[in-house]
Amino acid sequence: LAAQLSLSLAECPGTGSAQAGRAAACQGCPNQGLCAAGAAGPDPAEAAELRARLRAVRHTVLVLSGKGGVGKSTFSALLAHGLAADETKQVALLDIDICGPSIPKIMGLEGEQVHQSGSGWSPVYVEENLGVMSVGFLLSSPDDAVIWRGPKKNGLIKQFLRDVDWGEVDYLIVDTPPGTSDEHLSIVQYLSATHIDGAVIITTPQEVSLQDVRKEINFCRKVKLPIIGVVENMSGFVCPKCKNESQIFPPTTGGAEKMCQNLSVSLLGKVPLDPQIGKSCDRGQSFLAEAPESPATVSYRNIIQRIQEYCEQHHLQEEKIM
Amino acid sequence: TLAERTNLAGVRHILLVLSGKGGVGKSTLSTELALALRHAGKRVGILDVDLCGPSIPRMLRVQDSAVHQCDSGWVPVFVGQDKAIALMSIGFLLERPDDAVVWRGPKKNALIKQFVTDVAWGELDFLIVDTPPGTSDEHISTVEALRPYQLLGAVLVTTPQ
Repeated sequence: LAAQLSLSLAECPGTGSAQAGRAAACQGCPNQGLCAAGAAGPDPAEAAELRARLRAVRHTVLVLSGKGGVGKSTFSALLAHGLAADETKQVALLDIDICGPSIPKIMGLEGEQVHQSGSGWSPVYVEENLGVMSVGFLLSSPDDAVIWRGPKKNGLIKQFLRDVDWGEVDYLIVDTPPGTSDEHLSIVQYLSATHIDGAVIITTPQEVSLQDVRKEINFCRKVKLPIIGVVENMSGFVCPKCKNESQIFPPTTGGAEKMCQNLSVSLLGKVPLDPQIGKSCDRGQSFLAEAPESPATVSYRNIIQRIQEYCEQHHLQEEKIM
Repeated sequence: TLAERTNLAGVRHILLVLSGKGGVGKSTLSTELALALRHAGKRVGILDVDLCGPSIPRMLRVQDSAVHQCDSGWVPVFVGQDKAIALMSIGFLLERPDDAVVWRGPKKNALIKQFVTDVAWGELDFLIVDTPPGTSDEHISTVEALRPYQLLGAVLVTTPQ
């Protein structure tokens, strides 16, 4: 055993990859034998299937964080609602948090089931132009725990991309669980069949969050996932009665602002704490619609607009290249 | 094996701190619980099995520490005012603190088993195991690896919403 393991990024080529068990990083891994004996790389037929399915998706945005509980699902839902406010746009929200799927509740879709048609699984529609998919819809009871190891989670994520009939989509938003593991590696791998506009990374102001978020930024860089920018949630609280501002989660090391400066990443915006946000999520309502005057709503809308502009610009650049 | 029995043989109670949800205060509670038990005169250890987002080293201000080896395995880092709380975390094994540990399940499982069997905990009244959010590889592997031992139980952490 080395006292200092060399834990450089993306060492594990993936148990399903062509390099499984054979890469330099596999030396010493307890799973090496299993991987080396296993099948070769990803099935080219599968890759073609994914490409075909995702061909009609114009923009894809991943919502990430290293840290849990910072507001990824909340943000993903509001981004979806915000983009779908334009009725000419078709929006898809994919929840790949298999262990803790929050999206059904936040979107007011608890209890909904997934239906199959000739063309695949149907997303659950909140609005005509806003479809949602989550493992939450596949559970018999909302309290059922999905206690799966990585490979099984990866399988479901692949199914979500391959078997769901999203149709023509202007924006595919992917909500992820916290961390940098199977789900994250898999979604980047599977979505390489289409292209990902970029990642929006969520944090809160305190260092305990930022230290995980810096890892996530490194993950994005190493897998060459463009970073659209960072959103700082729970950034201050303005008392509705006395209007005094407090820092509930003090940015002891400069918050997202300092981190973004240090890492040359765009700060998309800061969203203050508003108890109505949690309430709206619990009730499955859009916070933007329920509290249009809240400073948090103003922040969210500005951030959503910046993301839209980024995606449109990205698309124009792609068209120029083609 | 005898070695497996040795490293946890001196640990009287093992306590898991769990939640399904992230960001509710598992690591914070694990840390405060350890400090409080230590203050009450108990011998305490913390095992941080959050491989992607290890928070405990920073909370105990030992994020720059390194891990050493002895004959029976890895020596935990001793933290707290009297340097008497034993801590093991993947945080100590990173070359740079911002390095992401981007591992799939099998590799995570292997390290967790090592953390459980290869850390020389010595005599402890309580070993607190801090976990990441979810119900996946880390949780399954930790419980499986700890099954032969005296698992006191789990404390579940939540927030009101």
